[in-house]
Amino acid sequence: MRGLALQDVVVDYHGRDGVRVRAVAGASLSVDPGRVVGLVGESGCGKSTLARAAVGLVATAAGTVTFDGSVVTPLTRRARPAELVRLQMVFQNPYSSLNPRRTAGSQIADGIPSAGRRQRGPRLQELLELVGLPTTAASRFPHEFSGGQRQRIALARALAADPAVIVLDEPLASLDASAQAQLANLLGELAHTLDLGMLLISHDLAIVRHVADDVCVMYLGRIVESSSTQPLWTAPAHPYSEALIAAVPHADGAGEIPASLPGEVPDPTRPPRGCRFHPRCPYAFDRCTREDPVLVALDDGRAAACFLQAEGAGVRPLAGSGT
Amino acid sequence: MSTLTVDGLRVRLRTPAGEVTIVDGVDYVVEPGEVFGIAGESGSGKTISMLALLGLLPDGAKVEGQARFGDHELIGMPASQLRRISGRELAMVFQDPFTSLHPMLTVGRQLTEHVRLHLGLDRNAARRRAIELLEDVRIPDPAAALHRYPHQFSGGMRQRLAIAIALACGPRLLIADEPTTALDVTVQAGILRLLDRLRREHELSVVLITHDLGVMSAIADRVSIFYAGRVVESGSRHDILRTPRHPYTHALLDALPHPEGDTNRPLIAIAGAPPTPGRLPLGCAFHPRCAFSQEVCHTVVPPLDEHRDRRLACHVDPFSK
Amino acid sequence: MSDVALNIRRAPRRLRLPAEWRQPLAIIGIVIAVAWLVIAIFAPLIAPADPLAQVYPPAQGPSSHHLFGTDELGRDVLSRVIYGSRVSLPIALALVAFAATIGTTVGAVAGYFRGVADGVLMRTADLVFAFPPIILAMVVAAVLGRGLFNAALAIVVVAWPSYARVARGLVLSVGDSEYVQSARLLGATSRRTLFRDVLPNVAGPIFVLATLDLANAILLLSGLSFLGLGAQPPQAEWGSMVAEGTQYFQWWWIGTFPGLAIFTVVLAFNFLGDSLRDVFDPRTARRVEEPEP
Repeated sequence: MRGLALQDVVVDYHGRDGVRVRAVAGASLSVDPGRVVGLVGESGCGKSTLARAAVGLVATAAGTVTFDGSVVTPLTRRARPAELVRLQMVFQNPYSSLNPRRTAGSQIADGIPSAGRRQRGPRLQELLELVGLPTTAASRFPHEFSGGQRQRIALARALAADPAVIVLDEPLASLDASAQAQLANLLGELAHTLDLGMLLISHDLAIVRHVADDVCVMYLGRIVESSSTQPLWTAPAHPYSEALIAAVPHADGAGEIPASLPGEVPDPTRPPRGCRFHPRCPYAFDRCTREDPVLVALDDGRAAACFLQAEGAGVRPLAGSGT
Repeated sequence: MSTLTVDGLRVRLRTPAGEVTIVDGVDYVVEPGEVFGIAGESGSGKTISMLALLGLLPDGAKVEGQARFGDHELIGMPASQLRRISGRELAMVFQDPFTSLHPMLTVGRQLTEHVRLHLGLDRNAARRRAIELLEDVRIPDPAAALHRYPHQFSGGMRQRLAIAIALACGPRLLIADEPTTALDVTVQAGILRLLDRLRREHELSVVLITHDLGVMSAIADRVSIFYAGRVVESGSRHDILRTPRHPYTHALLDALPHPEGDTNRPLIAIAGAPPTPGRLPLGCAFHPRCAFSQEVCHTVVPPLDEHRDRRLACHVDPFSK
Repeated sequence: MSDVALNIRRAPRRLRLPAEWRQPLAIIGIVIAVAWLVIAIFAPLIAPADPLAQVYPPAQGPSSHHLFGTDELGRDVLSRVIYGSRVSLPIALALVAFAATIGTTVGAVAGYFRGVADGVLMRTADLVFAFPPIILAMVVAAVLGRGLFNAALAIVVVAWPSYARVARGLVLSVGDSEYVQSARLLGATSRRTLFRDVLPNVAGPIFVLATLDLANAILLLSGLSFLGLGAQPPQAEWGSMVAEGTQYFQWWWIGTFPGLAIFTVVLAFNFLGDSLRDVFDPRTARRVEEPEP
């Protein structure tokens, strides 16, 4: 199948003192061309690690990552296999994802296939136009651009490879409000006009809600809910999704302080027994302390990892589900 | 009597190419017990204006204007005197909880040293006060926390520690510069609750500097919107955020993805980019990006006028009823 | 706050050096370095006398005939100082270039291949680092035999590890950077990114290190000559001239002027190296104008 597919992916890394930390503990999702999938979660949930595993920057300890039918193998010293080049990435930090000593144009051109040498110039102009940068940008150096413009350069570089799927790791996080809105609009536009799949990692739920067609919510290395965007917002199926949505402050002048979640994200090397979220969950009951729920498909293409939801059934609203 | 009165604050910094005006004539008043919000994007001068009050600007910076804090005039105050007030009557909390705490000293040490230095308490009294402070900011198991180091706490907890240290000597004014920007949204909500409760319990004035209008909306009583080193609109939180009148405020709110808004339209981005200090357009700094600009906006800097429910710096005032 | 790209109105381009070079220290450094370069090149034209010619009576103080006086054999000190630049400067330049090349290659190989190669190469560098430079240089020079060439070789042995360490560190950190990862994701081989992305970023700091190292090289060379291991008499070399000067302290001019020459050159290269550090830092931010919507 075309597009990116992750199945039961597990990623470990070695933290301080050589302790093995399981950053991703079994996550599955898929990104089809033309669809924007938002991956949301807070610090320590593993979303960035998952993003890197999705493109092959880190190796998986278990599970499979496939792109367009081919297995995504981790990078070695050799060139990346040609069939994977249409799977690209845009990083979070616009200041460190561009080489300060090379012009913007030369870095974008890195992605233009070497076959079309004569078409390089026009293609470069095309790409700059696509991301809304002036043609003069090609000969300038990264330090001459603002954060938002640098992200566009990084985007143009990814687009140069004619990708089918782009993974974007918090591309809007370092930008201010104006630049965020502009870039978010651009991403949505490109996805739909170029039939481009996007995996958009972000901690900003409001932006994801605007740009993404589908959303996956991650907590402590697992995907706890996945759904198309609108239904997730109006009727979240997982208590963590509900808490996340409730915590976002609204700029409406009402003076309401959003609800907070008690407790803290547990240490990933010592996750709670049973459901990973149960110590902080307002609806937790006995079963949650003993068993770990898996992500089950509900109807309407939604899925949730919570005992409050029944497999194959419609989503049960959470409010009022307390014991 | 107001806690802080800032009048005609102007800050110029030295750059390789000469002097650049970062803050261009700002005035506001902070009342006792209120949360006063300063909102603006990067480059608006919001942080520099605060650093000017605390004497934390780089060498070669020129500051004009007045900032009355109780009996003290902060602008031009000698460093030794500022040191005595800082931490005691006036405290600051920064964005990054990692760097504002000393990594090599235990939490207990940092709290008690602070308290002993400014209040002259003995060791036991200081320790009691430290535990009291930790309880106040809801750090679990305060007695054990005294012996831990900052890196052993999470980001949200570290920010609570920073707040505890800031409040150790019972200041009248707390300046919080982007206190929750680096935190997750669920943690942010907790810190906002904490700040709100603390200011009510301790009759503390808070100056809250942030670019996040949602955060502003949650706890600020009054809000000032900064653009290019000037105040463009200011008034109560309800008036400014619910019914903004300055085109910039309006556009800023429009650019935010509303958590309940219509997702089928694209976000309304503000055209162009914020101006760079030292290269401000003539007249109103916002006019190149303003949908309502007129001839006068290109030449005359709009004064900050008093209206019934707010102060507004706009010649056109397109959103007034 | 720190995100603001301060727009700097560039001065109209007349004969002006870019901002980074306009520091007074940099200017002093450039002027002195260029002056010595000119002196070295045009020595036969500038020097008032033959550096080896002896005049009777010897050991005359500075006068209108001999601006720097004459040494214990009656040779004109000024001319010897001038001709000395022909020895110290080119040799120092050559040996620094050599050491930098060797060191950078070793460091880049260690950083690129890592593993066993890294271990072996860097432990060798550590071995050299373990000794105080002058002592090690002395030992090597003594083993190789007297003479300027051997002294230069000894200094190369002592100098290369600094470059190796810097190069290795840079190759490792740049190699892990996101822009290299992007290039890899776009299909570039590791080798290609090494030459396109990594090494250009290594060149700058290495160049700065080399400029500062020039000062050290001249000092070491002079030191070895002072100890009798470098330049041999009657060759005019600053270090050996200073050595002679210490034997004839009452005739202060014999050792002082060559010493001053060393001092000014070392100072110049230090100033230059420091300002070069700023040159390689892309700090001057000029905003690219957004297209009109």
